Formats: sequence, structure tokens, C-alpha cells
Amino acid sequence: MAADVAWAERWVRETARSIAEHKDELTELDRQIGDGDHGENMNRGFTAVVAKLDALPEPPAHVSDVLKLVATTLMSTVGGAAGPLYGTAFLRASKLADLPELDGRGVVAVLEGALEGVQARGKATVGEKTMVDALSPAVQAAVRAADAGGDARAVFAAAAEAAQAGAEGTIPLLATKGRASYLGERSIGHEDPGAASTALVLAAGVAASESEDVTAASEPEP
Amino acid sequence: MTDPATAPRTPTALVLVSHADELARGTARLAGQMAPAVLIEAAGGLPDGGLGTDFDRVQDALGRALATADGVVVLADLGSAILTVESVVEFLDPDDAARVHLATAPFVEGAVAAAVSANGGAPADAVLRVAEDAGRSFAPTPSPGPPPAAPPTAGGGEAGPGAPGAATAGAEVLRRTVTIRNPLGLHARPAAELARTASGFDAEVTVGGVEAASVLELMALGATGGQEVEVTARGPEADAALDAVTGAIEGGFGEA
Repeated sequence: MAADVAWAERWVRETARSIAEHKDELTELDRQIGDGDHGENMNRGFTAVVAKLDALPEPPAHVSDVLKLVATTLMSTVGGAAGPLYGTAFLRASKLADLPELDGRGVVAVLEGALEGVQARGKATVGEKTMVDALSPAVQAAVRAADAGGDARAVFAAAAEAAQAGAEGTIPLLATKGRASYLGERSIGHEDPGAASTALVLAAGVAASESEDVTAASEPEP
Repeated sequence: MTDPATAPRTPTALVLVSHADELARGTARLAGQMAPAVLIEAAGGLPDGGLGTDFDRVQDALGRALATADGVVVLADLGSAILTVESVVEFLDPDDAARVHLATAPFVEGAVAAAVSANGGAPADAVLRVAEDAGRSFAPTPSPGPPPAAPPTAGGGEAGPGAPGAATAGAEVLRRTVTIRNPLGLHARPAAELARTASGFDAEVTVGGVEAASVLELMALGATGGQEVEVTARGPEADAALDAVTGAIEGGFGEA
């Protein structure tokens, strides 16, 4: 399977659904080590993204169009640090996705762009209990999957799985970036909400590719 | 260059980005009074009146500034304000982005200094330098002399200004070197806590060579986690002040 614009749109809608479903969890994680608004903020952002998708006069042509719409909307609606961080991630990703569809290598490039964007904004590195702790292992897993010849779905699935493990891996970490760093040692023992939402976003991309499978199954592979 | 017929403003405009609308607008007003020819755009707070920085608001302000000026110097107050400005710049065309300069400067002093410089017609890179140099107004003096005879605010009943007892006690400087425990070092919140601690004693306290009672001087130190700093204290309550300040640093400011 290649990741085309229809997949990208499903990805975004699935993300919105998943974020809404996990809104309270994210907020609870953020309440432990932040200011307790991450679930609310992300839900507001992705709800706005879906509303904008629905209002488009014609369907987006490229994956990059979808990702750029996500970037601009999240920037304007999420607020705090998460808005610029997610906004920049999707913006950098969109610049690398100006194609009708992405193969496995294309997915790697998009994820690398997202990681680069988050790091450019947040100046965080691995191990500081941030989004980077989900996104960085995701990129590494994506590279390995692509090297092994994986298609877009396989690469994205590998990335999502690594992101989930990375997010869970933030639990024992000491936060040294962002608001949670104010808590020092008390940040230990809690999952980072930004890493958790990153894992949700990537998992939604896999769910989007699986839902396509159902329709694609009836069509012969070229 | 700016065409004077279409843009009567100075070559450099300012954009002030704060979490608080009042702070951005108040600072713009203050700087504007000293620099009437400069376009100063305020972009503070959230549309609902809350505290925060709003992408659209910053984007609009920057757009207006770029439309009339050759270059724009941006001052931002804290954390996510800087992220928001950087994100807005990332969305600009590269040509416009190159005309935007985000200053690492104290918000009010930097804005005022930059505005005065811009009012004189300075280009953006020069205005940026002036804004960033404004931070040096908080830097330690090379060789601090004896403290001015300011009346102690606490415990000063017996040892009034210029009292011989105070002069004798003030002669001895106590010193201790401690390690900054919290990973981010003396950023805004710990610096403020340290300054409050230091100013609670009848003593002259320095941290890393700067006045411990000054939050801006402490922040300007840029002291990071793991770094060693020397704390000194002199005055009637030097002992207690030294204990309190070193204790706060080593305790990680209650964060660790």
C-alpha cells in the first residue's frame, strides 16, 4: 500500500476521533506533570482540523495539502507550546510530502521532517521526557522498516509501535524540558502527555491504512 | 529600501509579543512615547482575553510590521511566546522571514532601547543589537564597591543607616560554592524564588557575581543545571542569608 491523499485525510479524521476518545486521559496525564489542558487543547485543535477539511470546496490533491491544513489549524487553535510544536511538526512534514502518494521511504521522510520540526522548536533531545521520546524512536523504527523493504503501511505501523513504546518509556524519566521540568524528581513515574498524544497520532495513521485495506482488498494489486 | 511616499515610518518596526495583552500594549505605549516615529505592534494574550500567545494575533502583527518596514525586531516575553514567534516566522516566505529578527532581550528594557534606536533610523540588525545589549543594564558591575547605605528593610531597628555596627558586620564577606541542582538552571521561576529569598535578609547577597535580589541579573547569568556558582553574603544577616540562598539552590527550588 502507498499512503495517498485519501489515506492522509482518513489519518487526520481518525486522529481527531482518537484524541477525542482519549481526551480525558491526556488531560489527566497533563494534570500530573503539567497544567492539565493537553487533552482539551488537542481535542479543540483536531476538531477544528476536521471542520476545515469538511469545509474545503474541493478535496485536497496531495498529502502535503492535508498536512499543511493540519499545521496551520493546530498553530491557531491548540495554543501553549503544543500548538507551535505540533504545528511545526506537520508543517515540516507537509514540505516533504508534496506528492500524490508516499511509499515507505516517503513516510520515513515525513516522520523525519516532523521530528526535525519538533526539535527545532522545542530544542529537546531524547530522554528529556517530551514528544521527542515518542517521535525519535518512531523515526528509527520507520527507517529500519523501510530498509527492510516495507511499504508505507508497514513503515507507519513500525513507527507507531515504537512511538507507543517510547511514550510508555517516558514514565521513569526525569523531565528536563517544558513545564514538567519544574517538577524535577516529581515528574518521574508519569507518562509525558506530549509523548502520549504523539503515539495516538501515529497509531491513527495505522488505523487509517487498515481501514483502506477493506476497500482496497477488492481491487487487484497492480 | 522603504519608499517614504508610501511608508512614512522608520526602516525598522517592532513587534512585542507577550502572554498578557496588557503587558504587550503597555510596553508598546511606553516605548512608543519615546519613539513616536516607529511602528510598534503589540501582540499579547489570547482572543478570549486569557493569558497566552495566539498564533494568528502574532502573525497579523508581524504582517502589518513587514508591510511597512524593511526589517522587524520582535521581543517576546517567555517560553511559548518565543515558540509562537518562531512558528509564525517559519510560515513566512523566506524573503520575509529573513527580515524578522527575534531578540534575546529583556522585554521592557529591550523594547524601549530598540524603539529609541529604531526611531533614529537604524536598520533592523543594529536595532536587534541594541535590544540585546539592553540586557547588560542588569549585568554585574566589574568591581562592585561597598553597598550603598540603603536603610535595611527588616531587622534594621537598631542598626540604622550608617550605624557603626552595620559597617563592621558588613566588612566580612562570607562565601560558599554550590552546584545548581535543577536541570534547567536559573530560569525565570527559580530565579524569582532565589531573588525573593535573598531579599528577605538584611544582607548583600551575590550569586555567580551578580546581585541575588535581582531576578533579571540572575536570569542573565544563564546558570544551568550542574554548574557551580559562588554565593557571597555580607551584612548583619549574612550567615542566615547564605544558608537560605545556598539551601534554595541545593534544594532545586522545591522542584527536585
